[in-house]
Amino acid sequence: MSDGAAMVEATVRATLVDILGISASRAAAFDETTPLFGALPELDSMAVATLLTELEDRLGIAIDDDEIDVDMFETFGALVRFAVGKALN
Amino acid sequence: MAEHCLRFPGSNDQPAVLIVPPLFDEANRMRRTLVLMMRTLSALGTSSHLPDLPGQNDSLVDTEAVSLNDWRCALAAVAAQENRPILVASWRGGALIDDAVANALGWWRMAPIAGATIVKAMIRTRIACDKESGRQSGAEAIRASAAEGPVELAGNFLSAAMLDGLDAATPSLVEPLRQLSPSDVGGSALWLRAEPGEDAAMAEAMAADIHSWAAICAAR
Repeated sequence: MSDGAAMVEATVRATLVDILGISASRAAAFDETTPLFGALPELDSMAVATLLTELEDRLGIAIDDDEIDVDMFETFGALVRFAVGKALN
Repeated sequence: MAEHCLRFPGSNDQPAVLIVPPLFDEANRMRRTLVLMMRTLSALGTSSHLPDLPGQNDSLVDTEAVSLNDWRCALAAVAAQENRPILVASWRGGALIDDAVANALGWWRMAPIAGATIVKAMIRTRIACDKESGRQSGAEAIRASAAEGPVELAGNFLSAAMLDGLDAATPSLVEPLRQLSPSDVGGSALWLRAEPGEDAAMAEAMAADIHSWAAICAAR
C-alpha cells in the first residue's frame, strides 16, 4: 500500500471512530473483510450521510450523489477502496 | 415568543459567555457535554447562557417558520439582556450566526462549518431514507420542491429561505477569535456520533479554555 493510500485508510478509520463512537483499538482491528452496513447498528442512513460528508471534508474530495452505492459500505475494505480511488486519482 | 435559556451563574466581575450551540441534530448530540461545560465554567466563576434558538430544542416555533436572520436576532436579544461584557462561544454551525453579537469582547469557535455542508448532509440523509423506503429521489428534485413548501430533511422541516440562507452562509470574520478543533482539547467530534455520547474531560477542557480566553479578551 502506498503512503497516500495508508493515509486515506487512517482517515476513514478515524472518521468511523468519531461517528460510531467506538474505541480506536476496536477500529484498529477493522480489516479488508470487516462488515460495516448491516453489521453495525449505529450505521443508519443519517450516519452514512454524515460519514460521506465528513470524508469529503477530511480528504478534500467531492462525492457525487450518483456515485453513492450501498456496496461501498458493505465492508471496511470496500469503503477504503472507494475513498482511495477518489482521493488519489 | 420568549424562548427558554439555560443559565449558570458566575462572578459579576468576569465576562459572561453566550453559547451558540451547533444546529439541528448536532445540537442534540452536543447538549449534554455543553451543559457539563457550563457547570465547570460556573465553578470557575464564569456565568454562561445557552439559549434555545427559535425552532430548535424546546422552542414552540416551527423550524419551517425561521430563517438564519431570526436566529441572529434571537442571539442579539439574549446578549442585550446581559449587563456584563460577553464572550461568544460557538460550535459547528453556530459559527454561522455568532457574529450577531456585534459588541462582544471576543469570539471562541469549535470546528466551525459552512452552511452548505450542513445542507448537503441533510439532503443525503433524505435521499438515503427515500431509497430505503423504495422511493427514488435526487438532490435537485428535493431542492426544487422547496419552492412549493417546506421540505423535510432528516426530520427537520426547512423553508426555501432557510435552505438558501444556509447554502450561502459561512462563518463571518470576527475579531478577536480563538478557533479550536476537538484534538486541541483532547476530545472528539461528539457532534458526529450516531449514538449521542458525552465527554466530561472534553467539557472541562473546553470550559478551562473559554474561561482563560475570556480573561485574555477582557484584558485587551
